[in-house]
Amino acid sequence: MNEDFEPKIVAFLCNWCAYMGADLAGTSRIQYPPNLRIIRMMCSGAVDPVYVIKPLLDGADGVLIGGCHPGDCHYQEGNYKARRRVAILKNILHQMGFDEERVWLRWISASEGQVFAETVTEMVEALKEKGPNPLKELWGT
Amino acid sequence: MKVEKFLEVKEGDTLAILRNFLQRLLEKEIVEALLVPLEAPSGDTVMPALVKEPARLEKANPLAPVMPVNAARLVSSLTIGKPKEKIGALLRSCEIRALIELVKLQQAHLENLMIIGIDCLGTYEVTDYAKLLSEGGASTTELMRGAKEGTLSPHEGYQFRSACRICEYPIPKNAALTIGLLGVDGEKILIKAPEELAQRLELTEGEAASREEVIKKLGEARIEERDRLFAQFRERVVDMPSLLAQFSTCIRCHNCTVACPICYCKECLFRTSTFEHESDRYLKWARRKGAIQMPTDTLLFQLTRLNHMVTSCVGCGMCESACPNDIPLTTIFRAVGQEVQAMFDYLPGRSLEDELPLATFKEDELTELGER
Repeated sequence: MNEDFEPKIVAFLCNWCAYMGADLAGTSRIQYPPNLRIIRMMCSGAVDPVYVIKPLLDGADGVLIGGCHPGDCHYQEGNYKARRRVAILKNILHQMGFDEERVWLRWISASEGQVFAETVTEMVEALKEKGPNPLKELWGT
Repeated sequence: MKVEKFLEVKEGDTLAILRNFLQRLLEKEIVEALLVPLEAPSGDTVMPALVKEPARLEKANPLAPVMPVNAARLVSSLTIGKPKEKIGALLRSCEIRALIELVKLQQAHLENLMIIGIDCLGTYEVTDYAKLLSEGGASTTELMRGAKEGTLSPHEGYQFRSACRICEYPIPKNAALTIGLLGVDGEKILIKAPEELAQRLELTEGEAASREEVIKKLGEARIEERDRLFAQFRERVVDMPSLLAQFSTCIRCHNCTVACPICYCKECLFRTSTFEHESDRYLKWARRKGAIQMPTDTLLFQLTRLNHMVTSCVGCGMCESACPNDIPLTTIFRAVGQEVQAMFDYLPGRSLEDELPLATFKEDELTELGER
């Protein structure tokens, strides 16, 4: 593992749960690695695959999609649809020779500041294990 | 209840009998307009046309082994505004399957539409077909001989479109009326229709003894070829360099999107100004990586298109035919589609009852995804 390597993660967090979880982590002063670039979405179901693929092709080391736990979606079923979409996206990335484990989907509720911090820590660790996204260097995307 | 009846072919002129049959559909007002391939004025291809006047059907040629467009797109245009007259649309299997997907995507309607399916004997690229015609090849007699035995080999020195070479569905399903050619005695054409309709069409009795067997044999051969290409693809695409290699010649012309019967967005993200970046941004990216391929965002386009429509891809291969740089899109989309569709036990075009995978969900599926 390259200790100097700090992965860059783009995170799409839903307004109602995961983003609130991140907020709670902050207001509770829970420490977590600063590798995340957070984009607030109204719903994990609003994350089109194009939003995930774009940063990966541009060299981001990972993409995190955070939504409400199943059954808790503010819009009733957005997270269930997100789950199908992410499953399809990961399957396609895998079939196309891309490491689909760089894409994470996690359910984080508004009260789970600790879970949010732990998720980020875990993801940073996992990506450090993997090393940088090869597309950072590869010519031709 | 559908019955199997026959049209008698006189003096080996299958085309004349089919034209006459189509004329009868209009004259007897079974349909009030017909969408069928007509021989184009240029004489070197056929194009779908919407016909009102039976006399115009003298140029109809549903047997021409060429497909300049997937006509499901045209049926979409014709039916989205709910036509007041009954339209008959003569379609191949891949066109019917694409149409069913479009209906589910709310881009076409089946009211006042009669789907007339025809066995597909394989199609050539438009340019190949024109060349073949100028050399006097692809005659109806030659085609019908292959149809009877199910040996659909292309004319010597030519090959069918890659999608047709691996098509396991040459027989139309979900049609109100089917025109059968495969495994039917050369002196006859099979017409499968509801009993009441068959009576009005003055058909004769008979049987197509070897049809099932011929269709089975053809399907098996196609599946063998399909699996061979899929295996090649899966061996070829294993890591990021090989992913880049797949689409390295893409110029984001969007021909595939235009030709695709499924690609359903009325305003495609990739045809907006979103990807017209500022000069400084291109330079910034080039500085970061040392070099960036121009035009940019080609792989993003292809991967996004895969994500958006591969669950509904019927494998008609119009994308590949439209590609100026011969990217093997048919194999890529069909191979990727096979696995993605299998995740939801979905077969595009199979039935109107199956819900689109991206429009529905189950609470108790994929439960590991999202959990720590």
